[in-house]
Amino acid sequence: MATTAWTHQRLEQLRQTRVWRSIFRRGPARTNRTRSLAVFGNLGLHMMPVKVREKSLSVRATYYLGSISFFLFVVLAITGVLLMFYYHPAVPDAYRDMKDLIYVVSNGVFLRNLHRLAAQAMVVAVFWHMFHVFYRGGYKPPHEFNWVIGVGLLMVTLFLSYTGYLLPWDQLAFWAITVGTNIISYVPVMGRPIRFLLLGGHIIGQNALLRFYVLHCVILPLAAVGLIGMHFWRIQKDGGLTVRDDHE
Amino acid sequence: MSEKNSYEAGLSSDAVRQPRRVVFITRKVSAKVKEETGPQLMSFPHVILREAIAFQILTIVLVGLALFWDAPLEQLANPLLTPNPAKAPWYFLGLQELLHYFPPLVAGVLLPTLVVLALVVIPYFDVNIEGEPLWAHRGRRQLLIYGGIFAALFVLLALYDAWTVLVPTAVMGALGLVPYFHPASDSRFQKFLGSRPLPWWVMTWFIVVALTLTAVGTFFRGPGWSWVWPWR
Repeated sequence: MATTAWTHQRLEQLRQTRVWRSIFRRGPARTNRTRSLAVFGNLGLHMMPVKVREKSLSVRATYYLGSISFFLFVVLAITGVLLMFYYHPAVPDAYRDMKDLIYVVSNGVFLRNLHRLAAQAMVVAVFWHMFHVFYRGGYKPPHEFNWVIGVGLLMVTLFLSYTGYLLPWDQLAFWAITVGTNIISYVPVMGRPIRFLLLGGHIIGQNALLRFYVLHCVILPLAAVGLIGMHFWRIQKDGGLTVRDDHE
Repeated sequence: MSEKNSYEAGLSSDAVRQPRRVVFITRKVSAKVKEETGPQLMSFPHVILREAIAFQILTIVLVGLALFWDAPLEQLANPLLTPNPAKAPWYFLGLQELLHYFPPLVAGVLLPTLVVLALVVIPYFDVNIEGEPLWAHRGRRQLLIYGGIFAALFVLLALYDAWTVLVPTAVMGALGLVPYFHPASDSRFQKFLGSRPLPWWVMTWFIVVALTLTAVGTFFRGPGWSWVWPWR
């Protein structure tokens, strides 16, 4: 108990310092006013509503599926950047880098496992999130457009996962991408040009690997961040999560 | 020219207390916006705390799995050595299963495009906004339309030998008819089915078919996309 009191005192002293107060201009979040300030005065949190309905916080209302999808994206971004330190988007170096991750890099196997697992989990979570929102009627007015953004996020998630699939440059990766890109050539008129654009040639080779790498590490993550921002923002602007009248 | 709004909405809010939305709805307009009340909580700390706990649980589960579940790595990519079967990532195996039955233009291009379009337009179809059960009126004409659509679907799927689509469709179709013929059933399951609206049936049918196709493509397809039992 004495330690707790001591910690509280030190914390209170810290809060009074000039530096602390220059960073957190509000006081401690003890009143509703400062608690509101904690949300809308913070760049990371200001997309959230200041208040939420108690009902929308029950586990059965959301299973936190949207949050979980977002958390998985964060885990993927962090592990992905770490993996980029060990990766060359070149044939056949990419494959050697995978071997290095397994046999040379400390915890390389764990890092790759975590990235791959989180990616699979994100596909599942995003699909589940969409179906859950559908069954709860969360797409109904005034949430129509946020549902459309959500469909866009589903597409980006699938495409992110798909472009990442090629990067290890093993048999599994190569032939999975072959199956997928062959389908594109069946698109009427534009099929072959689109496939050429995506692969940077007629076959899956060095150019395709580089394009998938840039898509996977730069373009699609940026698209995802933009859409996620809009998605979160609109929850607040459209009046909070859908709550049902019946008891959960 | 200056036609009035089909509904008029007023908004009153109190900046200090919880905001209240009040909407006035005239006749002929469905009640899209209902007054929502109920206790509210401050996002800080209530939401932040819950999100942090969810994130921690997720991280623990992920790390636990990642310690023991190794990501696969096969031989170096070799364009001259085609594995049999060559499979797409698991979330596209439903599509690959469709490709086995239908021409590539239909299964690979047309159907996915239609699915995405259907998902996008969902919120803009205002029919049945109140969630009326499918057989609320037990209309004979409705039954004929319902039966006709399913019969046409059966014939089409049977023509293409698309059994892995036909079987889940038949199961869902039969389940959909249960509440029509047994409207006053005491069983909880039948009561549940009886209260489901049309959008629920369409989406559930879609999910059941998609899950079946993905599972079949993942576990039950071997060399030359032939049927194999995963435990053999």
